[in-house]
Amino acid sequence: MDLYEETIQGLHGRLKRREVSSEEVTRCLLDRISKLNQEVNAYVTVEGEAALEQAKEADKRFAKGEVSSALCGIPVAIKDNMNTEGIRTTCASRILENFIPPFDGTAVRKLREAGAVFLGKTNMDEFAMGSSTEHSIFGPCRNPYDRERVTGGSSGGSACAVAMDMCIGATGSDTGGSIRQPASYCGVVGMKPTYGRVSRFGLVAFASSLDQIGPIAKDVTDLSLLLEVLCGYDPLDSTSVDADVPDFTSFLTGDVTGLRIGIPKEYFIEGLDAEVEEAIRNGIRTFEKEGAVAVEISLPHTSYGIPVYYLIATAEASSNLARYDGVKYGFRSRASSDTLRQMYHRTRSEGFGTEVKRRIMLGTYALSSGYYDAYYRKAQQVRTLIRQDFVDAFEHCDVIMTPTAPSPAFRIGEKTDDPLQMYLLDIFTTSVNLAGLPGLSLPCGYTAEGLPVGMQLLGKYFDEGTVLKAAFAFEQQTRSMRRKP
Amino acid sequence: MFMKVDRKEVEYVAMLARIELSEDEKDLYSEQLSTILDFFDRLKEVDTENVPPTSHVLDLVNAYRPDQVRPSPGVEAVLRNAPDRANRFFRVPKILD
Repeated sequence: MDLYEETIQGLHGRLKRREVSSEEVTRCLLDRISKLNQEVNAYVTVEGEAALEQAKEADKRFAKGEVSSALCGIPVAIKDNMNTEGIRTTCASRILENFIPPFDGTAVRKLREAGAVFLGKTNMDEFAMGSSTEHSIFGPCRNPYDRERVTGGSSGGSACAVAMDMCIGATGSDTGGSIRQPASYCGVVGMKPTYGRVSRFGLVAFASSLDQIGPIAKDVTDLSLLLEVLCGYDPLDSTSVDADVPDFTSFLTGDVTGLRIGIPKEYFIEGLDAEVEEAIRNGIRTFEKEGAVAVEISLPHTSYGIPVYYLIATAEASSNLARYDGVKYGFRSRASSDTLRQMYHRTRSEGFGTEVKRRIMLGTYALSSGYYDAYYRKAQQVRTLIRQDFVDAFEHCDVIMTPTAPSPAFRIGEKTDDPLQMYLLDIFTTSVNLAGLPGLSLPCGYTAEGLPVGMQLLGKYFDEGTVLKAAFAFEQQTRSMRRKP
Repeated sequence: MFMKVDRKEVEYVAMLARIELSEDEKDLYSEQLSTILDFFDRLKEVDTENVPPTSHVLDLVNAYRPDQVRPSPGVEAVLRNAPDRANRFFRVPKILD
């Protein structure tokens, strides 16, 4: 096995036994990035010397026997909407193109303190608004399994980097599916934790009641190790929850006897790609062979997930993106403006991309006087019903299983002219954010064209453990079917 | 063709959002927002009588912290990304017309 093919777990063992050094691994990955990045455009900023310095510090810890975290010395990629001190953080937007944060976000700080090595920042849809990683000032990220196709988004760069072994693990963020869907399109594992598990301090806000940072990794064990480092109460995030963070790897027993897997009938709809459906049904059979029990459940408000999500998320975004005004940081229009108001208008028009502007417009409209009740408030009410659907369903099952996306990765440019078509792809993921539940995607098959298909597993509030248990058991049974790009 | 969101509304919303749109963008957004909002109209089908709105999924209320002074980055760090500065201030065009 080449060094870059290693997992977090495998590498941790080798680093601890001093068979290999973090510096060697980091050099190997930096070399691989320099060879492959122009083909796929996963990274938008690559750290060279700084990464090697971090690696050398990690090696010192190993030499002294002072290592407590599985992430020590492990080279990772960070999505470019997470503030990293001294490292440019752009959100793939002109408006932050040269922004260098003076601080680390909490999740980033935790990784840094654990001794992780930051290889660089990854490509994404601008301000996390998108499902394809095409809406980026750096150009699209390309799918490792077919370079003419998208990686999914908005955490496409991170998912791509993991799939291409251009990092050992990565972080992403998920507001409506932005970790799970690219993980599905790129054949890797990705998880959105329960809302409140991972601090949002330092995550550039898109929709504050929906955003969560989460891990993207090569397998479920790695996912669990990375998740554990990221989780934890943070007084700097007033939406952070003071919940115990278990050792998530303790759930990875491989035993799912008697586990009740809810299969929501509303997710097997007309638009579901036949190959995706087949892969999921095979997945159900795999679970049943291992002693799990499939239970049909109903999530009646499923079809309203998209309008509810796109009204709430865009409304929150219109508020969160009001701060980009050219005053304190970021881009300011060079056109000479006579007044502050002119400067605001020009800065924001020139600085934001089309999709971002569209969503700000949509959100502003939904919140504006005369429309607030019909759109925003109505959406919030339906959100209550969507959430209740899940609470009711979880009376009858322990985890819920669905396809992650209705179809595999589409071609670059195929959906950019029709924003609504693009939004509809999020149908299986957005309700999870609206409810705030934990959810992951893992590979469950490939189409005849060789494109990865992802299975989504959802759990009860703060029950990441059961979700990971189910995912691990499935992975153990299907390991041999996994293909590298 | 009836546009749910016509040009005038687009201009108004853009003004609220402090964004300047080109003439083409106004037409584009008028069309796209109309299509999107038409689709979202299906929410009317849902009976939400007596259903409370959810603004937040957790039961957190009033997340306070003690009123204690803590270290902060300092003026230089904060001004470092300023597009235009004058001494310890951010410099901007005049506010009033």
